[in-house]
Amino acid sequence: MSIDWLLIHSPALIIAVPLFAAFAMPLIKKLGNKTRNGVALATVLLIEILVIMLAKDVFASGARSYVFGAEPGLTLPSGYIVPIRILFHVDGMSAFMAIISATIALVAVIYSLKFMEKETALDRYYLLLLLMMVGMFGMEFTADLFNMFVFLEVLSIASCGLVAYRIHLADAPEGALKFMVISSIGALMVLLATGFLYGQYDALNIAQLAKELQFNFIDKIALVLLLGAFAMKCGSFPMHQWVPDTYSVAPAPISILLVVSTQVSLYALFRVVFTLYGISSNVVVVGWYLIVLGLSTLFIGVTMAIPQKDIKRLISYLGVSQIGYMLIAVGVGFSLFANPVEFEIYGFRAIEGGIFQLINDSMYMGLLFLVSGALYYRIGTRNLDSMGGLARPMKVTSICFLIGSLAIAGIPPFNGFASKFMIYETVYRFNPIISIVAMLVSVLTLAAMVRAFSAAFMGPSLPEFKEVREVPKSMILGMVILASMVVFFGLFPSLIVDNLVEPAVRALISRPSYIISLLGG
Amino acid sequence: MQSILTTPSGYWDPLMWLFGLAVAIGFALFIRSLGQKSYNKETDQTKPFISGNPEVSKSESHVKASNLYWGFMESLKSYYSKIMRFHTGNVNDYVLLLVFVIAVMFLIIVLAGVI
Repeated sequence: MSIDWLLIHSPALIIAVPLFAAFAMPLIKKLGNKTRNGVALATVLLIEILVIMLAKDVFASGARSYVFGAEPGLTLPSGYIVPIRILFHVDGMSAFMAIISATIALVAVIYSLKFMEKETALDRYYLLLLLMMVGMFGMEFTADLFNMFVFLEVLSIASCGLVAYRIHLADAPEGALKFMVISSIGALMVLLATGFLYGQYDALNIAQLAKELQFNFIDKIALVLLLGAFAMKCGSFPMHQWVPDTYSVAPAPISILLVVSTQVSLYALFRVVFTLYGISSNVVVVGWYLIVLGLSTLFIGVTMAIPQKDIKRLISYLGVSQIGYMLIAVGVGFSLFANPVEFEIYGFRAIEGGIFQLINDSMYMGLLFLVSGALYYRIGTRNLDSMGGLARPMKVTSICFLIGSLAIAGIPPFNGFASKFMIYETVYRFNPIISIVAMLVSVLTLAAMVRAFSAAFMGPSLPEFKEVREVPKSMILGMVILASMVVFFGLFPSLIVDNLVEPAVRALISRPSYIISLLGG
Repeated sequence: MQSILTTPSGYWDPLMWLFGLAVAIGFALFIRSLGQKSYNKETDQTKPFISGNPEVSKSESHVKASNLYWGFMESLKSYYSKIMRFHTGNVNDYVLLLVFVIAVMFLIIVLAGVI
């Protein structure tokens, strides 16, 4: 097995390895807890390496397609040719998303080693965690609308199981039930839209559909269903209410994977808007739809975060708010799509800001959720009213929280500032009022985080926390990895934008390239 | 430089910003070093003065999260009473909102033919 072989088959391996490891977990647990943990860690580490190799190749040599099944297909004894052919297409945007998913999954497993130690049935925990990865990578790589639905379902079912994992906590099954109901309805809408498009064009391939789309009555219904379903799955207003209910009750490492799963839904939304419908839709209306959705999400998310007493609900609402930034930036870029001059001047840069915000969001949101998990691990509560003076016994945790808080509020020199700076500036040229609201939301975000930091970490040492000490090393390592990335991305924004974000945005907006690379000239 | 982020109107250099911050902190520390050094530590000179009232115990002086931003919450009471009522926590409402958004989009995009 050479490196070239690994590289060629990496799109398949990135799905197959965690899938195989997931279903092997019940057998691996017979070999002991250490082996089970080791296999889970080795799997995510291998996936991280494969994703980096694949991304490097895609950024250097262009998009890669991977075909499962043969041409023309499987021939049954009756002579009927079954067109079994599954297509993966990894372009810059897919590779970018895969980097986020693989990195966060790696951190989640490292953190879980100690955080989940006291729980039972951990083979099922790792099984579901690896299935979540399969769902995410599948959605990112697939070039087929029906398979996107299948992987969305894999992701939702695995996520639901993990949200309800700590079933002994009263609110975990409730959060999971809400997630299950809302995810099922969303997935059904995706399936219905896929059915409408398949019925019309006899195709499921995104490139084929994009090429043939006539934007008739049925196509518009499919667009409405897809936009609604993915906007709900990414937690945009007014369909955001499931987010705090779900994120807050899931174990902290799962909360960070849920953040990425909402970003994957955002990716799916962008794919529908840019690649599937693209310029054939009225870009101004769709762009403004994203902007209005983003603005309302931004404002409602942050104002709901401020009065929260549960630290994870507070962070969850801020997570909702952060999705708004990405929607606004990409909406501005998309609405300028039909105007090449303005798009070149600031539309492209607005989308870059939104996509840069996406990777930054996964880092600082992940960090904040891990810190809240560390607090829960040591003091057994998420209630901010019951906390205080924890900076003394939990120094590293408090520094990590401070870094995450400053980053999410867009304070320099952390990563949140760099992406928000790009968004403010480009959106200001489009419409100053939107930019001013976005800046105001940053101020309110800082206020929410100052409140959380002050309540949890500042103040005198409380007698009930006399015995509290720092969390175990593997949990610290998880937090420090993300904190380091937050600082690094903030100090070297150009390195990230030029090498990761720009190729991703070029791939996202290049609808003809997507179609040509899959269907040929 | 990989640290300089160019934008349509200018650029952002975090390393330069850090340098500026370091200079500002250095300057602040310099001014502080010029201050009075003759106070006695661990005496009444370093204790907080609360208009002559006795100092409360440290654990009692911690301001809880619910008490922070009381003024902010009080002044936005009418907004929060509405927005809190909107967040019912009832999954039926979540589905209703999804259906509502889809219906509005259907009216705008499909029936009104805006796109």
